[in-house]
Amino acid sequence: MSQTLAEKFYYLMKLGRELEVRCKEEYLKGNISGFLHLAIGEEAVHVGAVIGFGKGDLFCPYREHVLALARGIEAKYIMAELFGKVTGVSKGKGGSMHLYEPKMDFYGGNAIVAAHLPHAVGAAYARKLMGEKAGVLAIFGDGATNSGTFFESINMASLWEVPVLFLCENNQYAIGTHISRSSALKDLYLKARDYMPSVQVDGMDVFVVYEAVVKAKEYIEEYGKPYFIEALTYRFEGHSMADKGDYRSPREIESFKRRDPIKLLVDKSLQMGWLTEEQIRLMDQKIEKVIEEAVEFALNSPEPSEGELYTDLYCGVCSDVIP
Amino acid sequence: MLYRDALNLALDHAMEQDPRVLLLGEDVGFYGGNYKVTDGLYVKYGPKRVIDTPIAENSIVGTAIGMAMMGLRPVAEIMTANFAMLAMDQVVNQMAKLRYMSGGKIFLPLVVRMPQGVAKQLAAQHSQSLEHLFASVPGLYVFCASDSTSAYHGLLYAIKLDDPVIFLEHVLLYGVDFPLENSKDFNPFQARVLKEGKDITVVSYLKMVHDVLKACQWLEEEGLYCEVIDLVSLRPIDFETIYSSVKKTKRLVVVYEAPKSFGLGAEVSARVCEELFYFLDAPPLRIAGGEVPIPYNRRLELLAIPTPERIYSQILSWSKSHGL
Ligand SMILES: Cc1ncc(C[n+]2csc(CCOP(=O)(O)OP(=O)(O)O)c2C)c(N)n1
Ligand SMILES: [Mg+2]
Repeated sequence: MSQTLAEKFYYLMKLGRELEVRCKEEYLKGNISGFLHLAIGEEAVHVGAVIGFGKGDLFCPYREHVLALARGIEAKYIMAELFGKVTGVSKGKGGSMHLYEPKMDFYGGNAIVAAHLPHAVGAAYARKLMGEKAGVLAIFGDGATNSGTFFESINMASLWEVPVLFLCENNQYAIGTHISRSSALKDLYLKARDYMPSVQVDGMDVFVVYEAVVKAKEYIEEYGKPYFIEALTYRFEGHSMADKGDYRSPREIESFKRRDPIKLLVDKSLQMGWLTEEQIRLMDQKIEKVIEEAVEFALNSPEPSEGELYTDLYCGVCSDVIP
Repeated sequence: MLYRDALNLALDHAMEQDPRVLLLGEDVGFYGGNYKVTDGLYVKYGPKRVIDTPIAENSIVGTAIGMAMMGLRPVAEIMTANFAMLAMDQVVNQMAKLRYMSGGKIFLPLVVRMPQGVAKQLAAQHSQSLEHLFASVPGLYVFCASDSTSAYHGLLYAIKLDDPVIFLEHVLLYGVDFPLENSKDFNPFQARVLKEGKDITVVSYLKMVHDVLKACQWLEEEGLYCEVIDLVSLRPIDFETIYSSVKKTKRLVVVYEAPKSFGLGAEVSARVCEELFYFLDAPPLRIAGGEVPIPYNRRLELLAIPTPERIYSQILSWSKSHGL
């Protein structure tokens, strides 16, 4: 069990890392534009959460490439979206912050902080009403927990007793503002504790995140009620490509890089015998190939035609969109 | 002087001159502002007068209102106009109405600054032009800064006003270098005639002003001379300046980045038709954004907003079909 998990975690986290490193390069080449938020350093939270949660709806913020990969959206469709191509997940209309794949219960990417939290509550209400019990996973940052929308959402989720897992990835910063300058509570899980079970976990250890999410998922499925996890993590890059992140001391950044989630996973897995060097080498090879192919696919894909500007605004003859 | 530096200078001067002036907003302090407009002010004036707020737009404007009621003169920054949609209760229901509802007893010397508009591929939730939403609310003043002169003088003026002002900036202008004119009696309530011309009156504001100026230069090669008016204030609009220009040119074009419908173009054209219908030699022309959210793809994005090329060709074909 740990072996297959370790393999899965490694593949997705490394794929996510390499994909984003490549995105950075393509951004500098001018193939990707706009806001590009990288999750480098936060892969354990994203992969641990999505795999741990398993079936269920996902509502994510703008830093969602790795979440999309973990949900099973192919790298090439993500890359094509970032390139603004018609073959991208959102036909080139959304870009980095707006990856959507309802067929995979993946509901974005949202560029407005915390705006997806009430969506998650509503979605969970709907799922429950329809007799489904998988529930909804909502991911958001530390900064989002200071918004009114956040407090409204945890209250409604608790009041309505709906199965939402609120997962806060606390990377300590909202753009250039440290949590100590924006939140009266430093331990963010305390904000939800009076409404629902609420815990704080190490977000650099994918196994820890995974186990916490599995436990939370069992709870929300069994009781049909919300649950809150705060995962402590760190982003190694700036907030977006427009931000150098230099309001943080090199020492601070280094101290977190020493606990690089991929490195932690590899060390632990080799030590426990869950992975071999050879397995890792083979996965790395595969990842390199997947990313090359993704970039190739994105480059060779056509741009949307001019006529696409006015499509998709209204559905015209609407069919039932719920998959 | 860079547009962003002109804004910074206005804030600095206002804070220097008046200890009641203070700044608040997301990332405005320690970080120096998302667009670096408040850079250096945190160090100079300290955290009590340059306040880093949580991500809470409605309460940023709300607390600024409370401060203003007590006699401070807050300047709130909303990181972009897109996020001001979360503050619409405080802006529309509170800020715009408290003075009126109190029979004039409450003063709100408050400025809410924000950039708006299409930058480059920031997609639908980060690319909006929303001036018409604010301009449609009685009780607000809505100022626009199209260059460093209107940025500096307009913002200083806004801070000194005893009424609430929405101060709009354009994301693409921050890094542009404009001369900062020493216009001591700058009056934002007066539209600026940036260029005189006899054939067509072109009204615009914010970044589109510059695209219009470019297009009008090309039009001169076709023998068409445009008078370009920059609306520094959108509420109120200085119609007198527009009317006297249209009386001369007999033709009106309005250019703006927001979707064409329900925008400033409708208001300006309607007023001109009401007042000067029999002066007009042609129906007014609106050149504006498409009726769509702004897409990520660059080619589609540029199709969704006016460009100098399209402003030029639309004015040209319109004037040809109306006997110029
Ligand atoms: C309502 C709203 N206000 C402001 C912004 C601008 N903004 C984008 S991301 C961000 C910081 C969010 O921080 P956090 O929630 O900690 O997420 P992180 O980026 O660290 O993952 C801000 C202020 C926004 N997108 N939406
Ligand atoms: Mg954060």
